[in-house]
Amino acid sequence: MSSDSIALPRAEAASRPLVDALHGWVTTVDHKRLGILYILYALIFLVIGGIEAGIMRIQLMHAHNDFVSPQVFNRMFTMHGTTMIFFVAMPLVFGFANYLIPLMIGARDMAFPRLNAFSFWLMAFGGFLLYFSLVGANGLYGAGNAPDVGWFAYAPLTSRTFSVGHSTDFWTLGLLVSGFGSIGTAINILTTILCMRCPGMSLGKMPLLAWLNLVMSGMVILAISPLTAAQAMLLVDRYLGGHFFDTQAGGSAVVWMHFFWIFGHPEVYVLAIPAFAFASEIIPVFSRKAIFGYPVMVAATICIGFIGMSVWAHHMFTVGMSSSANTFFVLSTMAIAVPTGIKIFNWLATMWGGKIEFKTPMLFCVAFLFQFLVAGLTGIMLGAAPFDWQLSNSYFVVAHFHYVIVGGILFTIFGAFYYWFPKMSGKMCNETLGKLHFWLFFIGFHLTFDFMHIPGMLGMPRRIYTYEPGRGWDVWNLIVTIGVFFQALGTVIFVTNLLWSYFKGKAAGSDPWDAWTLEWSTLSPPPAYNFASIPVVKSRRPLWDLKHPNDPDWKYE
Amino acid sequence: MKRSTLQKALLIASSMVSHAFAEPMAFASPTNIFAPVSTPAKSIFGLSMFVLAVTAAIFVVVFTLLAYSVVKFRKRADDDGREPPQVYGSNQVEIAWTVIPVLVVLTLLVATARVIADVQNAARPDNAIEVTAIGHQFWWEFRYPALGVATANELHVPVSDGNHPTPTFIKLLSADTDHSFWVPRLAGKTDLIPNHPNSMWIDPHETGVYLGQCAQYCGTQHAKMLLRVYVQSREDFERWIREQRQPAVVADAVSEGRRVFETTACINCHSVAGTMATGRFGPDLTHLMSRETIAAGAALNTPENLRLWIRNPDAIKPGSLMPAMQLNDRDLDALTAYLETLR
Repeated sequence: MSSDSIALPRAEAASRPLVDALHGWVTTVDHKRLGILYILYALIFLVIGGIEAGIMRIQLMHAHNDFVSPQVFNRMFTMHGTTMIFFVAMPLVFGFANYLIPLMIGARDMAFPRLNAFSFWLMAFGGFLLYFSLVGANGLYGAGNAPDVGWFAYAPLTSRTFSVGHSTDFWTLGLLVSGFGSIGTAINILTTILCMRCPGMSLGKMPLLAWLNLVMSGMVILAISPLTAAQAMLLVDRYLGGHFFDTQAGGSAVVWMHFFWIFGHPEVYVLAIPAFAFASEIIPVFSRKAIFGYPVMVAATICIGFIGMSVWAHHMFTVGMSSSANTFFVLSTMAIAVPTGIKIFNWLATMWGGKIEFKTPMLFCVAFLFQFLVAGLTGIMLGAAPFDWQLSNSYFVVAHFHYVIVGGILFTIFGAFYYWFPKMSGKMCNETLGKLHFWLFFIGFHLTFDFMHIPGMLGMPRRIYTYEPGRGWDVWNLIVTIGVFFQALGTVIFVTNLLWSYFKGKAAGSDPWDAWTLEWSTLSPPPAYNFASIPVVKSRRPLWDLKHPNDPDWKYE
Repeated sequence: MKRSTLQKALLIASSMVSHAFAEPMAFASPTNIFAPVSTPAKSIFGLSMFVLAVTAAIFVVVFTLLAYSVVKFRKRADDDGREPPQVYGSNQVEIAWTVIPVLVVLTLLVATARVIADVQNAARPDNAIEVTAIGHQFWWEFRYPALGVATANELHVPVSDGNHPTPTFIKLLSADTDHSFWVPRLAGKTDLIPNHPNSMWIDPHETGVYLGQCAQYCGTQHAKMLLRVYVQSREDFERWIREQRQPAVVADAVSEGRRVFETTACINCHSVAGTMATGRFGPDLTHLMSRETIAAGAALNTPENLRLWIRNPDAIKPGSLMPAMQLNDRDLDALTAYLETLR
């Protein structure tokens, strides 16, 4: 009898494995599980943001199309931009950082596991708040649901005069909440890298991925804070009678622009530097060579971090700054081309003289090199202020920053998926599906974003829900829209590949790429707390040293 | 069957490509930034060509290096499985690819700074035409303070010839949200920001109509906040000014329409000089029929469009701030007839 009463709860638990598993995931403080949560969360929003982009592209397929109303179109571009930056790119970057950094520096978890979980759930709640606007923002006004002020939400369009209802409030709160999450994660990454490296791993022996995420985290703290402040000020304006951005009462629309862009431009590097980090790990392994010029790569990244904080007003060349202010921001903007160029040259030099294997991760990284080069060059065009007076707010700008964010950042993130999926799941990704994904996405990307530059140079502004015939924009817009279908198909193949490989893929083993950093020294997937015993390293490539005992790196570093 | 569909698809694709590339028509656009007809746009064009040349050169060099290493250093089928020689870096080459970009950047900076100063700090001659442009959701108000003229959406300026330049200086204000004045063939864009006056200038060298539109998202109908600039010979421009300064002349035949206009909400927002209508929220209608378009360029100024616009603005420009006036057909006809006399 007594044994029955003991067995009862055990039987109940065994019959609810799904609930237990869910409970495990919701309450986890394990950096690997949180990393995967970030990544899955971002993938869901990637699909949502992609659908929003598709709706816009169908609407712009030809002149005077009426697929959606102007109100819906304006909500689509606001939600697309906000979603892709804050709820796709940021969580992807943080997800990989969370998963990889402790493994790569030989630590058992992040420095603050509970803060880590708290940060993730804040960001998740932020995304939920943004999308809750679809049901909650109408208020009593019937004012329409999702935010429609554009992702940089220029004042005074966000004031209660011009934005009735609560859509702007949901936008503000969503960003405010997820911003706190980002700052928490940044503090966590900084502390982890500075305090938890394994014995022997001095700062100069860290993998580049750790260095670059260190710089990224510093930038997050500096960049997200002004955004958070600005969101608080906007709420004060909207509900407490403040006049920060209230131009009818002496407030300044330009102050909002400064607040937003001193966040907005460093944000580009917050996303790009982790992308550089992935490239800096993947390119050497598939070229079979050590990274060329490691100290210079570190120095260039720190340079980008500093200069990246001083270029923000190049988003504001058309707002009527003085000629000397304009010239200063031309200087800082062009100066950043130098360290970025150094990075591209170092990656090329890493490939030079190597034995390059074009597995899927490397394909994405080579495409990244090409596309990031083009994005940098169109960036120089936009950085020449007078040229920007023409190109600013045109489709040329839209093409340029998608070249950066999709062609540069998303491509390396895809590369990172294929490279670290075996570590995360213990299974290899299907190489054929991977290559199919690559080529579909590559073709789609170039159809869409190469041709998107042209209507911009022919005078087409961004954020217009329709356009007049006879402007010479029709053909280009049609090609751009066709490219979207290729990208969508590529994404479907990608998701299929992840699912198929997870269930049916070949076992990966602990080191499928014959790589050199510490994450490949433990099991795939890594056990709880990562390492049975904390590793000790002597060089930047500890596994190279193990595999080549006669010719170890530490003899040369 | 399959083949014919494929052939059709190829035919469409190839015709599209040839249409796009072979015919220069595909690049022909009334808003092409590379077809400047005014000094600021020409200065920008010159700089653009220089920047394009420099970036193209960089592209060729780096792309060649990338293509070469991808082809040359790929793993061969007969690879011996040994790791290639490990190279950790080289200070000489790092210095080389730091110094050369620095020199390129400095060159670009000097060229850019010159054009910024030329365009932004240009002196205003005494005979310059002065215009105040005020951005509204979703239309343009143009005032000529020295000439006593107010109009909307269609800016008239005199042509400026090299020997006797008569540039137009435009003061940019906003009545509500941010807007941006962009007529690509005349000048780069400058924003109209409330509580933050800006200015720009143009000196078009050829007569004609130049198109543009608002280039800063300003709300629901940002897309149909279109701009037309009429560049006229000196004589035509002066005649236009004289006509615009006349008060409205009202014929007796349309007094019924005038009664409708002056007894409904029309006068809250619109002005007709010389009458009791003095609203400032919407465009000045004193010389409505002298304009080629209505609704900020969203429709041609025909009697049918005008009638439709009064009856149901959303049919032409959904989200426009002009309310549907809910008039019966008789009043609507009378009102349209009245407006058509405002020449």
